[in-house]
Amino acid sequence: MAARAIWKGELKIGTQKLPVKLYSAVEDTSVRFHILDGSKRNRVKQRMVQPESGEEVETKDIRKGYEIEPGKFVILDDEELEKLKPAPTRDIEVSGFIPIKAIPQQFYERPYFLGPDGDQRDYFALARALENQQTEGIAHWVMRNKAYSGALGAQDGYLVLSTLRNAGQVIAADELPKPDGHAPTKKEIEMAKHLVSMLEGEFDPADYKDEYRERVLEFIAKKAKGHAPRLAAVKTKRTTTSLDSVLAKSIAALKKGKHAA
Amino acid sequence: MRPFWSGTITFGLVSVPVNLFPATRTTRTSLRMLGPDGEPLARRYYAEKTGKDLEAEEMVRGYEIDNGKFVTVSDEELERLAPEKTRDINLTRFVKEDAIPPVYFERGYFLTPAGNSEKAYRLLAEAMKERKDVGIATFVMRGKERVVAIFSDHGLLRAETMRFPDEVRSVKAVGLPEKKDVPAAVVRKFESLIKKKAKRTFSPEKDQQTVELLKLVKRKQSKASNVVELKDYRRDKEPEPVDLIQVLKRSLAGKR
Repeated sequence: MAARAIWKGELKIGTQKLPVKLYSAVEDTSVRFHILDGSKRNRVKQRMVQPESGEEVETKDIRKGYEIEPGKFVILDDEELEKLKPAPTRDIEVSGFIPIKAIPQQFYERPYFLGPDGDQRDYFALARALENQQTEGIAHWVMRNKAYSGALGAQDGYLVLSTLRNAGQVIAADELPKPDGHAPTKKEIEMAKHLVSMLEGEFDPADYKDEYRERVLEFIAKKAKGHAPRLAAVKTKRTTTSLDSVLAKSIAALKKGKHAA
Repeated sequence: MRPFWSGTITFGLVSVPVNLFPATRTTRTSLRMLGPDGEPLARRYYAEKTGKDLEAEEMVRGYEIDNGKFVTVSDEELERLAPEKTRDINLTRFVKEDAIPPVYFERGYFLTPAGNSEKAYRLLAEAMKERKDVGIATFVMRGKERVVAIFSDHGLLRAETMRFPDEVRSVKAVGLPEKKDVPAAVVRKFESLIKKKAKRTFSPEKDQQTVELLKLVKRKQSKASNVVELKDYRRDKEPEPVDLIQVLKRSLAGKR
């Protein structure tokens, strides 16, 4: 069944306008649990209370504050917070284009497919142009009272818009010190490179399956029927041996495996 | 701050004990919920029928099998359901850095060496850097199995959690129309638009909504009637805000 569009907007590149529909390109398949009252097995609810007295404070009496110093709050009322919301608009403004791979992958947050809303010719032409130019657009839009910035790219001939994290959200490796301790020797690095090269292959997403999720669901199904299997306790193991003998053994083991195959 | 996860990366027979910390943080300034006198409020769970407050140990995790019918699952059971191999990051496949489409990436973490593993850690980082490779594996963290890509990044190991293939929708599943051939002239029209707006580099942007919120706070705080100050306010009741960069620096220097 086709997915439902979650939002409609209009791509704006200079004077060009292109109506599009937005679809989530991902879905969360996590096993969803509810929090229950342990003895009654009922769902629990949440409320805001005064921590000292434990007394409930009703929503209408709750005030919102920004803590400027410990224990010191600037009170902001609903009207002021309402005014901070970005003005609603249908525009997805594309302000510039940068080479693909110019955005570190740490910034990519959530991808959406764009689909044509009406004219298909411009839609597929733009996707083709992005592919030909090996470029991604930097886009800004407002969706459900929230302002987003994102990357507009092409994937197999279709437009994909990914939300991007903002400046402070991403910690870059070059802000951090490198670990010290002993440096590996040249020989060890050569051996490790050899080992890595023996394990090189193509990226095939189909190789990765969420087996744990299946196992949890299976366990739940059995428990629902009243016969939960006994589960073994978790053991942890640690081994220490010299690095280059371990590397040599690893390479030897891999070679043997390859010959056997 | 305790690591998000502690475990071992293995490649071949080499094992590298590591700690894992988030590489992303929230910048959205959160507002506190306050009572009528400006006292910070706490969120409490309670039983709907009795109205009684519930402590953490009085609550259980339940999976809804039928409307209102639940199977309970304990933390211990979830932990035991992960077989030993999935608790470690076992790198059995390396791919070229640009082989993974960005739609798969979810969230970044830094790995720091644990228990005198600096040498093996640096060895893996150096070998991957020189081969321009990333290692891929699955492992279980906080009750969820994840595919993870390990990058060598400025001498550090960075893990990007990835979505499983059944979490990434295809064009067909979304129901987008069949691809169409388009006249070359229309493609050229867009190409020239792109060229006009071409830039060389990416510069991350500030969260404008947070910037505006902070401006408003600044304006309001000059007037005393907009500010509440608690006299005997004790910080120790709440956790200090975490400075993630400091946590990472300490951890990389081998300190707790």
